[in-house]
Amino acid sequence: MENLTVLEARHIYKEFHDPITVNVLSDISFSVHKGEFVSVVGKSGCGKSTMLYILSTMDTDYAGDLLIDNVSMVKKKEKELARVRNEKIGFVFQFHYLLNEFSVLKNIMLPAMKLAQHSEEEIRERAMQKLLMLDMGKLANKKPNQLSGGEKQRVAIARALINEPHIIMGDEPTGNLDKKNSEIVFEIFQRLASEFNHTLLIVTHDGSFAARTRRVIEMEDGRIIRQ
Amino acid sequence: MKFRLTFSIAKSLLLARWKQTLVAAIGVTFGIAMFVALLSFMTGLNKMLDGLILNRTPHIRLFKEIKPNEKQPVDVSNLYSGDYNFISSIKSADSRLEIYNNGFIMQALRKDPRIRGFVPRIVAQVFFNNGTVDINGIINGADVQEETRLFEFSQYIVEGKAEDLQNIPNSIILGIALAKRLQVHVGDMVAITTAQGERYTLKVVGLYQSGINDYDRVQSYASINTTQKILGKANNYVTDIAIKIKDIKQAPVMSREYARLFETDAESIQTANAQFETGSSIRLTISYAVGVTLLIVAGFGIYNILNMMIYEKMDSIAILKATGFSGSDVKRIFLTISLSIGSFGGLMGLIFGFLISRGIGNIPFTTAALPTIKTFPINYNPVLYFVGIIFSLVTTYLAGLFPARKAGRIDPVIIIRGK
Repeated sequence: MENLTVLEARHIYKEFHDPITVNVLSDISFSVHKGEFVSVVGKSGCGKSTMLYILSTMDTDYAGDLLIDNVSMVKKKEKELARVRNEKIGFVFQFHYLLNEFSVLKNIMLPAMKLAQHSEEEIRERAMQKLLMLDMGKLANKKPNQLSGGEKQRVAIARALINEPHIIMGDEPTGNLDKKNSEIVFEIFQRLASEFNHTLLIVTHDGSFAARTRRVIEMEDGRIIRQ
Repeated sequence: MKFRLTFSIAKSLLLARWKQTLVAAIGVTFGIAMFVALLSFMTGLNKMLDGLILNRTPHIRLFKEIKPNEKQPVDVSNLYSGDYNFISSIKSADSRLEIYNNGFIMQALRKDPRIRGFVPRIVAQVFFNNGTVDINGIINGADVQEETRLFEFSQYIVEGKAEDLQNIPNSIILGIALAKRLQVHVGDMVAITTAQGERYTLKVVGLYQSGINDYDRVQSYASINTTQKILGKANNYVTDIAIKIKDIKQAPVMSREYARLFETDAESIQTANAQFETGSSIRLTISYAVGVTLLIVAGFGIYNILNMMIYEKMDSIAILKATGFSGSDVKRIFLTISLSIGSFGGLMGLIFGFLISRGIGNIPFTTAALPTIKTFPINYNPVLYFVGIIFSLVTTYLAGLFPARKAGRIDPVIIIRGK
């Protein structure tokens, strides 16, 4: 169980061609196993976010191979990739990206309603559970713009969890938060990994955050220099 | 993706910008309302003007024309059968105007399913005697009930009653201009002389106004029996059979068929009034052009508002795509928004269009040429409303298509990295 590969990158290269050809990523190869809590660190511009977006299937302009649950993502169509993101990947970004038109609960429910594997009632129930787990039960019916920054980020985490993803990806999830809230978010991630055996891949430039994760991948100039 | 989810996302995006949405919907409402009102009015007017001719004109008229026999003796003769025979200046023989075998023809027509109805008619040339002056005129012998059913005869009676023609013996309905020339009114007697020199006195029971003055100066109506009596003919004497068919476009074909089958002359409405459709179709085209223009303008409004909405909602679109909504899902959401504006605006447009046409329909409009018309004619044809709602949906769909496609193609990476 412990050694089940959730995500595997095989020799991924990426270039930007505008205005001149620049190698952004070269020969990225690593794999993430079930239950791992991995952080990716590196200086600004080293390509760690670019890598994350390729791993998340949102960016399809690269060379090499990407496997999620041992299935290659390279030949898949846009619709199939969307399905993979919906079903297998949970996202937490630096910015919360909650939809202000919907209540907190509805925001969390949206990806599950897209997946449509459960009835709306069930989804509501599950979304409520996620909120309670993150200790935010009483915020369920508020609108996102009534929440504080830390609360918004926790709602975003709940949204990432709703479809029981195989891997949770974070792009500087604590980047916009103060120390106290960063701490809360980190503890949530820690709990998800240890208590619920979730797999996490978090890009960060916060050294203390990375230091406390089980595995650190360090990048420089588009290459992995240590993993 | 389930429609309900698409719809609930579309709804919340719409409501978040409800003022712009309302403006867009009002644009569509205005376009559709004007479209419906304009076309109701135009087609109403067309129908009335066409009716001037169509109501009176049979789709197919069977009659017997006096003309030279097509088979001249020299053609029949065996002696000259191998030759080309040229005869000039052939004269018509004195033959009967009556349709031969008309009882049999009418029996056959009654069984024909393509026919809505027919009326036998007798046309008699007479002189109306006004003191020492004789005025040329025509008496149409007609079956009043059937004429009313098929040719809306009673609509054109401005004084007296059409049924009196049947109920009062030796009665006549005069064209209003003819009555004026003869200085007679309803209840007066009028003297006529037939072409054969017989004299009769008939009672005027009604006045007839068709709206075409030339027509009203010569035409008059009497019952079939009265006309047969005036002409001194038997009661199977019929000179015309006026036929209304179900599909007017079939008239030329059917008239040729009847001419061959019944060995009479037959004329279709298309040959009799070749030009009458031109004016109608031009008016209709102009109305459609104006209506469509209004809708296109409304469409640009929707296009703008959706484009703006997409720029505003970039983040939402990005996160929807990041969490597993595909490009086509996003496209569908924005098309739903556009179509909601279209159907809401369109429905309101139909209601307002109906009210406006009701308003126009109440404006007084009187003209001497059209005795039965008191207000502007309006055509409340449901087809117009149907076309209106289809138009509104098609325009809003097209207006929404490009912004929606753009939304569907938004790359979430660019948006999310840009923060």
